[in-house]
Amino acid sequence: MTLCKLRSQWLAFKSMKVPMDFKLFVAFKLWHLNGQRQQSTVSKVISGGQKPHTHVAIVGSGPAGFYTTQQLLKGNPNIVIDIYEKLPVPFGLVRFGVAPDHPEVKNVIHTFTQTAQNDRCHFWGNVEVGKDVTLEELTDTYTAVVLCYGASHDRLLEIPGEDLPNVISARSFVGWYNGLPQHKNLAVSLDCESAVVLGHGNVALDVARILLTPVSQLQKTDISQHALEVLSRSKIKQVHVVGRRGPLQVAFTIKELREMVNLPDTRTTIQPQDVQGLDKIITDIPRPRKRLTELVFNSATHPSAETIKKWAEASREWRLVFLRSPIKIQEAGDGQVKAVEFTVNRLEGNNLMTQRAISTDVTESLQCGLVLRSIGYKSLPLDNSLPFDSHKGVIQHKDSRVQGRKGLYCSGWAANGPVGVILGTMTDAFETGKVILQDIENGALQNQEKDKREKLIDKFKSKAVSFSEWTKIDLAETSAGEKIGKVREKLTDIQQMLHIAKS
Amino acid sequence: MYTKRLIRTIVSRMLASDVPSITSQSWSQLKANSTLQVNRFCSSVPKPQKDLVKVTFLLRDGQRQEVKAKVGDNLLDIIVENSVDIDGFGACEGTLACSTCHLIFKQEDYDKIPDKPTDEELDMLDLAFGLTETSRLGCQVIVTKDMDGLEISVPKGVSDARR
Repeated sequence: MTLCKLRSQWLAFKSMKVPMDFKLFVAFKLWHLNGQRQQSTVSKVISGGQKPHTHVAIVGSGPAGFYTTQQLLKGNPNIVIDIYEKLPVPFGLVRFGVAPDHPEVKNVIHTFTQTAQNDRCHFWGNVEVGKDVTLEELTDTYTAVVLCYGASHDRLLEIPGEDLPNVISARSFVGWYNGLPQHKNLAVSLDCESAVVLGHGNVALDVARILLTPVSQLQKTDISQHALEVLSRSKIKQVHVVGRRGPLQVAFTIKELREMVNLPDTRTTIQPQDVQGLDKIITDIPRPRKRLTELVFNSATHPSAETIKKWAEASREWRLVFLRSPIKIQEAGDGQVKAVEFTVNRLEGNNLMTQRAISTDVTESLQCGLVLRSIGYKSLPLDNSLPFDSHKGVIQHKDSRVQGRKGLYCSGWAANGPVGVILGTMTDAFETGKVILQDIENGALQNQEKDKREKLIDKFKSKAVSFSEWTKIDLAETSAGEKIGKVREKLTDIQQMLHIAKS
Repeated sequence: MYTKRLIRTIVSRMLASDVPSITSQSWSQLKANSTLQVNRFCSSVPKPQKDLVKVTFLLRDGQRQEVKAKVGDNLLDIIVENSVDIDGFGACEGTLACSTCHLIFKQEDYDKIPDKPTDEELDMLDLAFGLTETSRLGCQVIVTKDMDGLEISVPKGVSDARR
């Protein structure tokens, strides 16, 4: 039966007036048939002695990994992809990074799911490159290997007091509320009135927003229950979001700022002197900086009457603070955080957009009981042999081709550093895909022996979580969420994930 | 909720096999197709056909693709339904959370679009590559009768435009 027939029959059937249960039964039947059809096609291709397949390994199943895969599958019908993922669950930062109150951004999962269910794509979850298989083993057995493992570490402030309790990297904090297994037990205390977030990027605004959003809005999202419980007891009334430079150099985007300005029951405070003179240059700044600066300026100087009224009644506040660099985190007598000490900066440089912060002799302190450090992520080399720029925290490459390593490529944050939204990663991944397709076309890459690859896969096959096994975890999570009125309750225990996957 | 999800999984599984990549929105496609099927199988009184207008997309590789667009649909749905092949188009599925359905209009056509962009649309457009003064997000532009013969450019993705 052809796919077309199957599809049109289902569509015709779906619109008939029959009980839902029966429709589901038929849907399953069709699904099953289609699965069989796919299998028979696969065996035909293999036995038909057609052009040998080109096998590509993708390391990491976040946006960079999936978008590279999409491009490769689309561009060459002989490419077969193996996606390696350290965790038993796919989608990387779409699952563990995107804020729970931004469910629309997670819609990319639908196309990723389609990609993963393509006959020529295999997902190997719970297989860590560098531990279960080495990078060398992959490069020896695949025509091409693409490193899309992101940026898994965060930068440090390197100031006294950074190791105090409740001084937390925003990355861990995000992982904590998003159910990342390694951060599920993070010690977070919200038993204080004031928090300081260091950094002016989107992650800084994400964590500030989560701290200030009414729990009633968060409780329907896929935010982890352990985080929701802590947030529901939060005493935080004020969040300072502090950056070392000025309003023209902020790295967050306008959508995130507008959300902060519109937060219910929360007042926005930006000191008018910080934005003085901006109105005179706004007209000359190109978009997107222009509209972002306008929003900062208007929020500081003349918010609408409606906004003023809302802010006057608000019980919480966030303050956007400029030109401050932290130099010390002060400790109270009991070993807890008491305040952050800053130097006041001035800006230097002719180009307004790229001015640098220069410390002055003036210092000041902000009282707080929680510090979230959000000054950027960095990547680590997966393997000692990898050419790596440890200053920028990225793999050294030219046009996605890893320097001096034929057949090895990189894409996304591991290649370019942790900047931008999914769109940037998508565009980059499509380019990576095109470069690989070109290299295959030009005969620059060498296909490897099938036996060697099969032997390698046998090594981890029994522990690996396939994509259909992931769908069991997916179903368990959405059903668990449904019971408590949420879209999903993520599993945070790897053993439990494996138990469900293998049941 | 659960049933919808299940059907979506099943349907995407059904559709996944021979369509190598992209084009997301099999669900939109399905929705659209199933309406036609309703007309054919279930209704004795034919529903009024929606007006169709001709819209041409100028694609990244210089190709032109002409499609029949239903008045009242948005341009994202039209691109998906007509299988216009644009990499990564409509990643957030029309929820104003990305700018992958960025399209560029001629000035006179841009001025004629009845719904002006909201702040939220402009916020997302601000992140688009190759932004122009006549850029819109396809998911926010509803086709009207006046748009017959419209020509719309698909901007080129620029990999080094990350800020």
